Amino acid sequence: MQSAISLSLSSPSPIARSGVGSTSNACWPMPRSLRFCGLRREAFDSAASFDASSLRLARFNLQPKQSTLSKVSAVLKGNGAPSSSGFDYDLVIIGAGVGGHGAALHAVEKGLKTAIIEGDVVGGTCVNRGCVPSKALLAVSGRMRELQNEHHMNSLGLQVAAAGYNRQGVADHANNLASKIRSNLTNSMKALGVDILTGVGTILGPQKLKYGKGDSGDKTITAKDIIIATGSVPLVPKGIEVDGKTVITSDHALKLESVPDWIAIVGSGYIGLEFSDVYTALGSEVTFIEALDQLMPGFDPEIGKLAQRVLINPRKIDSYTGVFASKITPAKDGKPVQIELIDAKTKEPKDTLEVDAALIATGRAPFTKGLGLENINVQTQRGFVPVDERMRVIDANGKLVPHLYCIGDANGKMMLAHAASAQGISVVEQVTGKDHVLNHLSIPAACFTHPEISMVGLTEPQAREKAQKEGFEVSVTKTSFKANTKALAENEGEGMAKLIYRPDNGEILGVHIFGLHAADLIHEASNAIAMGTRIQDIKFAVHAHPTLSEVLDELFKSAKVKVSTSSAVAEPVPV
Amino acid sequence: MASLSFSSSVSSSTPFLRPSAFFLKPRSVSRLPLVRAKIREIFMPALSSTMTEGKIVSWVKSEGDVLSKGEPVVVVESDKADMDVETFYDGILAAIVVNDGETAPVGAPIGLLAETEDEIAEAKAKAAAQSSSAPSAAAPKVEESAPVATKVEAPAPAVAAAAPATPGKVVATPFAKKLAKQHKVDINKLVGTGPFGRITPEDVEKAAGITPAPKANVVAPAAPAASAATSAASPAKAATSFPEIPGSNVVPFTTMQSAVSKNMVESLSVPTFRVGYPVSTDALDALYEKVKPKGVTMTALLAKAAAMALVQHPVVNATCKDGKSFTYNSSINIAVAVAINGGLITPVLQDADKLDLYLLSQKWKELVEKARAKQLQPQEYNSGTFTLSNLGMFGVDRFDAILPPGQGAIMAVGASKPTVVADKDGFFSVKNKMLVNVTADHRIIYGADLAAFLQTFSKIIENPESLTM
Repeated sequence: MQSAISLSLSSPSPIARSGVGSTSNACWPMPRSLRFCGLRREAFDSAASFDASSLRLARFNLQPKQSTLSKVSAVLKGNGAPSSSGFDYDLVIIGAGVGGHGAALHAVEKGLKTAIIEGDVVGGTCVNRGCVPSKALLAVSGRMRELQNEHHMNSLGLQVAAAGYNRQGVADHANNLASKIRSNLTNSMKALGVDILTGVGTILGPQKLKYGKGDSGDKTITAKDIIIATGSVPLVPKGIEVDGKTVITSDHALKLESVPDWIAIVGSGYIGLEFSDVYTALGSEVTFIEALDQLMPGFDPEIGKLAQRVLINPRKIDSYTGVFASKITPAKDGKPVQIELIDAKTKEPKDTLEVDAALIATGRAPFTKGLGLENINVQTQRGFVPVDERMRVIDANGKLVPHLYCIGDANGKMMLAHAASAQGISVVEQVTGKDHVLNHLSIPAACFTHPEISMVGLTEPQAREKAQKEGFEVSVTKTSFKANTKALAENEGEGMAKLIYRPDNGEILGVHIFGLHAADLIHEASNAIAMGTRIQDIKFAVHAHPTLSEVLDELFKSAKVKVSTSSAVAEPVPV
Repeated sequence: MASLSFSSSVSSSTPFLRPSAFFLKPRSVSRLPLVRAKIREIFMPALSSTMTEGKIVSWVKSEGDVLSKGEPVVVVESDKADMDVETFYDGILAAIVVNDGETAPVGAPIGLLAETEDEIAEAKAKAAAQSSSAPSAAAPKVEESAPVATKVEAPAPAVAAAAPATPGKVVATPFAKKLAKQHKVDINKLVGTGPFGRITPEDVEKAAGITPAPKANVVAPAAPAASAATSAASPAKAATSFPEIPGSNVVPFTTMQSAVSKNMVESLSVPTFRVGYPVSTDALDALYEKVKPKGVTMTALLAKAAAMALVQHPVVNATCKDGKSFTYNSSINIAVAVAINGGLITPVLQDADKLDLYLLSQKWKELVEKARAKQLQPQEYNSGTFTLSNLGMFGVDRFDAILPPGQGAIMAVGASKPTVVADKDGFFSVKNKMLVNVTADHRIIYGADLAAFLQTFSKIIENPESLTM
């Protein structure tokens, strides 16, 4: 804990660090225990250079360069009057998705008068058409898969009669979950006094915007700082006709209005994989269409290969790789859905498919139309709002636009809900006087198939490329779920964890997990990366036995680092 | 195993601290045994002493790749782990004979290695010859199954009218293709019965001569229209059915009770009839007194008697599964209904005709104990071919049993009671008589069959010495 904080404050670079922990005692009178630094400091002063808010920073992996006056006391003010004169608000956020929500909450905590503009429903893609409802469907598919696996059940000594499902019931579960999370999100903002303004937000000029239905009833407001957090929509390549019934995007699929006998999924990334898990568990057969030469691009190749052997090969799935779906026609006039495939490289026609439905999961396109970016001379790049590493918007001349930020899918840096939220918090830190840069390499990602896939940091090829460029050594170590007691007790020994690290200094470059509850397990690694914890230190951390977390324990212990433990022996604590 | 060696690159990743992780030993490396001069065959290596065939997990190299000595070429799955297999020779991977995911016996060629580019074509031709000759063993199977498929599909052209939207194109679902590969069925020779004339997994299974797996667990009430219809219809039905009586208490069925309820409703689809028969039990009672100290129960005696009668009347032991045929069961398994904790279960005395009375009694005791402990295995309660239900111990003189689905007949046994009987000469006497009543499926068992069976049963009971033999 101590060394982690000192690190984030002393080093501007998110990755390379040296001299871990050596400066900490010199800088601050270190608190003896966690309790001390967590509570007492917050209750008292702002005179001590080590304050509660910097603790919080470390949690979000924001790296302040200068430590200005603490704003802890500002929390008490709530969402009151704007602190700077002449503006209606201190901060206006366009888009009430997870990114905007995270930013709004943090802004109120920092004492900013905050408003959020939403033209659709609160919660954005994640809550209404993304992560949240898909997790409900995956929860169902996971159970179905388990109940249908007679062999698995018998090996546990269980007997289950034929499992079935009610499509409407499953769809309702997903829908109910989304509404529940949506109201939680709305209430949390209302309770803090964030003004929720309804309508489309358009930037009129510097620090000035309007919102409403786009007619004469629009209201104009001013804000000291503006965050664009408009998110993204499913990307539908040209030539594909989406009718919402037989040719669908994730938006439609999550409503689960039908379970086709045979569905083609265009794209084998996160979204496609998760839907293949849902559909095959519910009885569909699936055909993947992937433009790249192999399935599951973007994953660490070794993890991808293993995942393919478990998630694709034994299931009712076939695939076409290296092909584009150049034309997809929805089912009509008694004909099935027709898909024309062309070679991804030569563009020559390759094949046509006839299926019952097609799901377009080729990625997501930023939703930045109608934002009025032309009013401030900003040009989008493939729809994305260009930003620097501090999420500050860059205009057509390559200059920073003052007081304007863009977070989340709209800037395209890392299209994940939690990344958007972290970026939002980073921006709020900046506008309240603390400079921060978010370390995107510490942001974990997960794919909620059964079993799950999760990752943080670099893949092995990325790490090797970087190593070659920067001239350091890379090592890789792996552990298997087959040796984990808890995994075996669950009869889910399939899976592996992989650690990519620097043997010279023990830095964690990337961790990839495929196996039971991988999405929950990754945080030990992502937190270690965020805190700058080295392998030689984390390997001494204790894990409860028997738990799945021991997979990571073994992983860290199996790494061969050439330096010894950096932290001094802690003072003994009587128990 | 002798050819196995651990390369440093792989073993460096396995310094496990705990002994428990030992069996985790990951992919190790084996060197390919290669022979021949110019075009070398790559064989499926034996990675363990017990390995007879191996599965190609993936080819690390693809056709045309230049290989250098010591490079991993292919990943092979053995019974324990995946092994990287590397080559002894430099060369070009000319042809892959056994593809990813396929299996080959140990020693079979899985790929060809050419020394120079000029030999690639030659190697490819060789590979083609090999792949066409190699599956020739399986070919007759395809030939055999193909006519079957056409025969089956022949009467169905009317149904298969919905032809593929692209004429002449063979459309098969992903699982159908997988099955076809697995069972070596030529998909081009099949006629699809699925929507738009596509080949379904069922078509492939039929062609391969496999009974399709029951699809029950795939989709239950899925169709939105159907579920909407039922939900709309059921409240209307409920409104007219039963008036609510205040203070009533609704207790949901237990799993066992649900199963009973389901079976009982199902039984309504079978046309049954009943035949009763009085059986004199004086001799049986006398025998029972004799064997009771040896642990023989009345249930065992009755089950044994029924089983012996069934041997002579196999039709009563038969089942009508599809409404079109008799299914004669090879063994006589007597299910006996037992009331248990508010439920009903039918432990089965398997091969009751073959076991002697004492074994049967012992077996029965075990079954009842297991039933009480809810530890009966499915085959111990659902493999019955004939059911016996006895309420005699409660003084019931006669009753009527419902035929359980999947069986041909059930026997309901009443109490044995002293009864005044007149013989043919007009002499009165008092004899113990019990009434048995058999319910049977009239699709396969007719009145005369049952009567004959009961007559035999009655004779056995009246002369019970044969039961002890």
